[in-house]
Amino acid sequence: MSGILNSSIGRKFAMALSALFLMIFILQHFAINILSVFSPDAFNEASHFMGTFWAVQYLLQPVLILGVIFHFVMGFVLEIRNNKARAISYAKNNGAANSSWMSRNMIWSGGFILVFLIIHFIDFWIPEINTKYIVGDMSGTLPSGEFRYHEELVHKFKDLWRVALYCVGFVFLSLHLLHGFNSAFQSIGANNKYTKGLKGFSKIYAIGVPVGFIFIAVYHFLNH
Amino acid sequence: MNLTLKIWRQANANDKGKMVDYPISNISPDMSFLEMLDVLNNELIEKGEAPVSFDHDCREGICGSCSLYINGEAHGPDRLITTCQLHMRTFKDGETITIEPWRASAFPVIKDLVVDRTAFDRIQHAGGFISVNTSGNTIDANAIPVNKQDADDAFSAATCIGCGACVASCKNSSAMLFVGAKVSQFALLPQGKVEATERVLNMVKQMDEEGFGNCTNTGACEVECPKGISLENIARMNREYLSAALKG
Repeated sequence: MSGILNSSIGRKFAMALSALFLMIFILQHFAINILSVFSPDAFNEASHFMGTFWAVQYLLQPVLILGVIFHFVMGFVLEIRNNKARAISYAKNNGAANSSWMSRNMIWSGGFILVFLIIHFIDFWIPEINTKYIVGDMSGTLPSGEFRYHEELVHKFKDLWRVALYCVGFVFLSLHLLHGFNSAFQSIGANNKYTKGLKGFSKIYAIGVPVGFIFIAVYHFLNH
Repeated sequence: MNLTLKIWRQANANDKGKMVDYPISNISPDMSFLEMLDVLNNELIEKGEAPVSFDHDCREGICGSCSLYINGEAHGPDRLITTCQLHMRTFKDGETITIEPWRASAFPVIKDLVVDRTAFDRIQHAGGFISVNTSGNTIDANAIPVNKQDADDAFSAATCIGCGACVASCKNSSAMLFVGAKVSQFALLPQGKVEATERVLNMVKQMDEEGFGNCTNTGACEVECPKGISLENIARMNREYLSAALKG
């Protein structure tokens, strides 16, 4: 048991588990964000709940941050180890003949997602933590008494460059998930009669969710 | 056919090595790839130069000896074949063909296109067998009923010839398709289940010690495997390993 994480399969398994956890989080994040398009009030209520409920703030949030850090660090560690496994490269290598671009470039799509994530944290998460835990304002309201969450979201997406950056970020997320979603199931040993259906579902998720996030950003840019 | 061959030449394991160009003429499209290399070697010997070293044995796709990386793919551009089954009609007249050895730190080059694949032997020694005394008390193979699907899957896994194309094709030089096949062929059968736990732990441990990379599920190994070994074998090995590690 203790040696699992020191083995190649154990590291693969840990990487897959963190990926599955992050994919559930992304889906939950999308479910709340899409409310901002259809019902600002519902978006405000959901955001206030997620931002103030103790179990989300003090249990799920730290686990999520650790999960993100683990996934990125493990991804880079595995890349370095894998590069060592081929000290001399081929003079001619036709990778496109046997594998998808996405599967061969997870480190690059992941790296761009990391850059996006840093910008996203600076944009939203750090101001949110500052307001709640440094300033000490847990009310979630503006001076006018209305909830601030929808107002803040709309304000951020007035900037064309930010919207463009977010769109590019989600394109890389989509490329990453097009390989990563299905790959995670293979890593945990789930390759069976359900694999074909799972591959179809993974494509729907990998394209649908990032496109949905892009839609949210573009919608607010065009409508406010 | 007139061709230009770009071949990796390396005098010995310690030599730095380099790609060398060899023009070659009058090649029949019906020749096998290895026969074409035989023609080149005859020409080199006649000129007093050292012939190109490459592995070969059965020349009928069974032994797994031939191990060339041709135009960026293990065993060349065709599917479900070894290099000895590749024919020159696959290429165009006037084409430049790049020929390299398998590239993996766990498969060091011995000379030219010949690599040391004994890492696979050591993985097999770590657990790729069943400990049954077959001397004098041989039991009928059909005495224990085996589910047809399991028997078919085990047989498919057992067709792995250990050529190393999976390692050569994988961008991470991972040996998981090979080890997955060897673990699976026993894990699926009642005779192999007895030692299943220690087998998978020992074989994966040896695989990691040999310096192979980590599988990232690109699927290149499955595509390039001359025997069509399925990725399902890697998933089965993952299940077997995780289950064994949690028990241990």
